[in-house]
Amino acid sequence: MTNNELIEPGDEILPGDPPRIVRYPPAVRINHWITATAMVLLILSGVAMFWPPLFFLTAIFGGGQWARFLHPWIGVILVVSFAILASRFWRGNLWLRADLDWSAHIGDLVSGHEERMPEIGKFNAGQKFVFWVMMLLILAMLASGLVIWQEYFGGMTSIPVQREALLVHWIGASLIILVLILHVYAGIWVRGSFDAMVRGWVSPGWAWRHHRLWFRRLAGRSESPGDAPV
Amino acid sequence: MALPDSPRTAVSNPPTQTFIENLGPGDVIKRSATERLPKPQRELTPVAKLIDVSKCIGCKACQSACIEWNDTHPAVGENVGVYTNPHDLSSEMFTLMRFEEWDNPDTGNLEWLIRKDGCMHCAEPGCLEACPSPGAIVQYSNGIVDFDHDNCIGCGYCIKGCPFDIPRVSKTDHKAYKCTLCSDRVAVGQGPACAKACPTKAITFGTKEDMKALASERITDLKSRGYENAGLYDPEGVGGTHVMYVLHHADKPHIYSDLVDKPKVSPVVHAWKGATRTAGLAAVGLAAVAALAHGLFARADKVTAEDDARAREVLDKGEPGNRA
Repeated sequence: MTNNELIEPGDEILPGDPPRIVRYPPAVRINHWITATAMVLLILSGVAMFWPPLFFLTAIFGGGQWARFLHPWIGVILVVSFAILASRFWRGNLWLRADLDWSAHIGDLVSGHEERMPEIGKFNAGQKFVFWVMMLLILAMLASGLVIWQEYFGGMTSIPVQREALLVHWIGASLIILVLILHVYAGIWVRGSFDAMVRGWVSPGWAWRHHRLWFRRLAGRSESPGDAPV
Repeated sequence: MALPDSPRTAVSNPPTQTFIENLGPGDVIKRSATERLPKPQRELTPVAKLIDVSKCIGCKACQSACIEWNDTHPAVGENVGVYTNPHDLSSEMFTLMRFEEWDNPDTGNLEWLIRKDGCMHCAEPGCLEACPSPGAIVQYSNGIVDFDHDNCIGCGYCIKGCPFDIPRVSKTDHKAYKCTLCSDRVAVGQGPACAKACPTKAITFGTKEDMKALASERITDLKSRGYENAGLYDPEGVGGTHVMYVLHHADKPHIYSDLVDKPKVSPVVHAWKGATRTAGLAAVGLAAVAALAHGLFARADKVTAEDDARAREVLDKGEPGNRA
């Protein structure tokens, strides 16, 4: 089985009218939203230290000292939470030859001709890109962040290394925000995606349109859910 | 004669005549993380502390005076066989005599080089440039660079900005500390505590102009005694400093316990606050605008009735529908 046909634990078709297709079970959603909340808090406290006109955002955390103190700890929460999320998602996000094909048709997607796109499994190439780039960036942010965590690691590295770590941290932060804009916007633009992460399920039409191979596998596995009592 | 706006010496007793208190908000010429600063109300005479290394006897009176005036409490140290004590600057020790034994290859003499380390009060302060917290670091028009602890958030960026490795963040209150050039004394007409305590006048204080003139006398004297490379350390790379050294070997500052030969604010620090930040903000801004524009003007990717119908067909058959 290639990961294009991968079904993650908890993915299932619930009978009903219309049938609901479970994409993200509750634990995954909680996990995702903890990660997302941590990310938003990190960005709010981070940009305050990145750009003085936004320094006022430190007030959300109780002032500059609090923002400085909390930022790295929220980072730790994010890393742990993302690691748990990644332990579920990595398999489905392995890069396949078919993803190149899909990527080549990205113009069709953006211009509203998704029907011309190749069929794909649970995650498309765009989602895989977001997943892996996010993982790399979070690792870079973790490594550079530890170096500049003054309170505990301030004396462990030389000052030139700390300067470079802060540069890496700032470039990484900019890239993460870019990827996040892509991630959030895609979730809004592709109607129903946001719902998938909020209520956990998608409609059959959504699954057919966006993740057809995944849908076929699920349908093939279940016992005629469409015949279930209405 | 007009009253002086800054003390001309550290030796004299406090002035008895009225002294216009200064170093208030109207004397600030640079403020961390603040782009538009109100125009300073006046221009104070630049001051400087001159440390004549050749006159220092290593008594540490300056350290004691610093501790006393600033009411700091450095921990009782441990003797590890060197005179430098404590072993490094700290949030409780703003100045430190660093002792170095240097084998002069030209003369075969062992020279005992003692340098009073501490904030140099750069004209272009890297700490201030690096600081993300508005008003945590200020520079006054007389040249003093001062930390305002009410605004300090304890991030340690100043440490990364400083080319001299001076600021230290306290483990207790998580704020950065360094020599203030006794701004609280200077503001009321007194010189820095260290200069006042120095028994050999190795540390002197006055206007920067006077201190340069004094330095040049000292350098002439040192040269006449065979120190042909004697000179003033007032490095241009940071725009000059308001703490200067007379060095007997000014051609090699590094022999004085690693005094930086050619200090300048690291290009990496300029990169954070310059190109990196501009590029980052621009890219994020563009991406946000692009997403918004696409959201407003492009059709949303919606599930169609046909998608629903086809999906139902597959479900009704209960098969993968590979050829659908």
